[in-house]
Amino acid sequence: DLPASDRRHPTFMISTLKLLSLSMVVEMQDQKSGVKGSEQKLNVTTIPHVLTGKDIIAWIANKMKTTPEEAQTFSTMLVAYGYIYPLQNHKKLVMCNDSSLYRFQTPYFWPTQKWFAHYNHLHEWLNHKWDFIVMQATEQYKAGKERKKPDRVVFDCQERAYWIVNKPPVRELVKYVTTYKNHDPFLAPCLPSNPWQTDHDAYWTLNMRRVDLPTKMRVERWSFSLFELLSDLRGRDDFKIFLKKEFSGENLAFWEAAEELKWGTAASMTAKAETIFKTFLAPGAPRWINIDGRTMGLTVKGLDHPHRYVLEAAQTHVFLLMKKDTFFRYLKSPVYKDIQKKALNPEAHNFSPAQLEQNANSRSPGIHPIILWQQEEEEKAKAAAASAPVDVKAMMSKIDRKK
Amino acid sequence: MNPKMACQGLQKGETLATLKKECESLKKKLEEDRGKLNDVELHQVAEKVEVVGALSIKTRRVLKGHTNKVLCMDWCKDKRRLVSSSQDGKVIVWDGFTLNKEHGMSMPTTWVMACAYAPSGCAVACGGLDNKCSVIPLSLDSNENCAAKKKTVAMHTNYISGCTFTNSDMQLLSCSGDGTSALWDVESGQLLQSFHGHTSDILSLDLAPSETGNTFVTGGCDKKANVWDMRSGQNIQSFECHESDINCVKYYPSGDAFASASDDATCRFFDLRADREVAVFQKDSIVFGASTVDFSLSGRLLFAGYNDYTINVWDVLKGTRISMMFGHENRVSRVRLSPDGTALCSASWDNTLRIWA
Repeated sequence: DLPASDRRHPTFMISTLKLLSLSMVVEMQDQKSGVKGSEQKLNVTTIPHVLTGKDIIAWIANKMKTTPEEAQTFSTMLVAYGYIYPLQNHKKLVMCNDSSLYRFQTPYFWPTQKWFAHYNHLHEWLNHKWDFIVMQATEQYKAGKERKKPDRVVFDCQERAYWIVNKPPVRELVKYVTTYKNHDPFLAPCLPSNPWQTDHDAYWTLNMRRVDLPTKMRVERWSFSLFELLSDLRGRDDFKIFLKKEFSGENLAFWEAAEELKWGTAASMTAKAETIFKTFLAPGAPRWINIDGRTMGLTVKGLDHPHRYVLEAAQTHVFLLMKKDTFFRYLKSPVYKDIQKKALNPEAHNFSPAQLEQNANSRSPGIHPIILWQQEEEEKAKAAAASAPVDVKAMMSKIDRKK
Repeated sequence: MNPKMACQGLQKGETLATLKKECESLKKKLEEDRGKLNDVELHQVAEKVEVVGALSIKTRRVLKGHTNKVLCMDWCKDKRRLVSSSQDGKVIVWDGFTLNKEHGMSMPTTWVMACAYAPSGCAVACGGLDNKCSVIPLSLDSNENCAAKKKTVAMHTNYISGCTFTNSDMQLLSCSGDGTSALWDVESGQLLQSFHGHTSDILSLDLAPSETGNTFVTGGCDKKANVWDMRSGQNIQSFECHESDINCVKYYPSGDAFASASDDATCRFFDLRADREVAVFQKDSIVFGASTVDFSLSGRLLFAGYNDYTINVWDVLKGTRISMMFGHENRVSRVRLSPDGTALCSASWDNTLRIWA
């Protein structure tokens, strides 16, 4: 039991308050003993599960055995933090002790999922929510026509209420700059040297697509985001090594196949969609991906008439799964720590004026991009022939090349 | 959007005039709502950020070969090759590092205003006064006449002002003086999606670098910058802050913001999540139009080319000008950062391109 002094410490009080809010909100929604809601007409649409401010305040006052004023203060806090949202004056985040209408926020938008764990990491939390919003928006877009009007109105209200509480600040832009500043050749020296300044192309050779050992800066950049890791094909290779060890490569394989579909030729769409269905989505498929029933249903239905964005919902879902779970485990894994250790840290060049002149007179032609492209295609073909389970990305390119 | 708007369909007796009036009042309300949201200004948040040290950016290469104004250029993903197009009707593929001209192709019309390098490095696209955007496969043989294999992909009803490949060689995005932009399937020339909304010529487009990769931004003579969803063709966001033509739009590296350059002598910075302009880059001494912008790799620096022949380097966070890059002897028409951020290439009406680092 904590001493009285600790119990009055702000952090403890805030944590207690949060726990109390969460349990209160859950109890309030109980079918039998919670606050009585009803259907309400808002303009021309009927919204289900609507409560009045005075009912909420009365329930809380009774539950907490406190005065209506205290109950109003407490419930205003619930509105301010986004557990409950007003249907009418949506900018005024207060609980009014009258017939003003309110609704419970859908758990998707609850602030508490990461609140306790990330109390000091609000930025990460906001990013987390943003991605869920994108995912929701994608699914909403797809299911838009099927949705009934009241659902849409309710969802719009929920979403707007969420954003009023959780506006992502302009600080994100500053954060990006801070993360990347040491990687910006105009702000920090690139090692061993900037080819344009010294006429020596070591920097490009060290950072080629298929190096055995990447540089430390390159490996560091993979940790900035899943997007960075996947965008650098060398990083993607390393991620695949990790996934193979975990026997969980199917999510990335699906994501790659979906990319090939999205950016491929119009003519190849049907063939690719069929292959993807057979490999990842059909019941009993060899690389079956574990996505929620609703997304799976929508996707399979969409594959009846495949178009380049038919896998959007599933792909976003899979990407978010990788981003929130697999990516962080990769960064903590022996695979990543190993490559971090082995990564190269080139010494800075220190050319004399004579050497610089020599460099300028013997600039390396490098390898032509067309040759590099041909080499990549050969590698993909080899991988397609050799691998089991099936290398879907290679197969996708094969379909493209056949056309 | 409020529930009222979501609920009401077209009522009997509603005329175009009443709808227009409602649209105007909603627009006004949107602006009011935007203003009410208590966002801090970018430069306020950036007060604690350290200043950028002195930059020593020099011209490292001067690419001579065009016989008239260079209107556009684009880098190859190999970080050293680039393609440029000119009023002289020529499209040149260079190895910027060795200054070797690898291909020189003649187009049927002069004023090739747009060009782009394919992600694979195996082709280029270009277009202009011919109202078309064509894709030209490249070869390893410099003597081969690549232009002979040119394939028409995009067709507009006015000049092509900008083009870019998407994440693969197989799709092309184009924008035009006809006020529309469009997504094309390269192999078949099929129109995949068209985008309508601008009320005048579109002068520039840029594809979002974000992980979703499904949006792009355009800017034009109607002073608007519009953000589009490639899948639905919808205009999802719109910004009308400039006082004259927008000549160029470019995404911030994170994909959450973009910058624009305008004939009103300012460059502006828009945050997509906050849905508003967050910075204006201007100075009383800058009176000539800005024609082109690009960011450095971290997004800290904004390089902007102007009609007074200079390139200004702006501190994106603090809103101040850090330095100026002199060298061109006429307007700067295009600036582009190389894919790994090691250099900036500028194209100019002085018939040359310069590479700076």
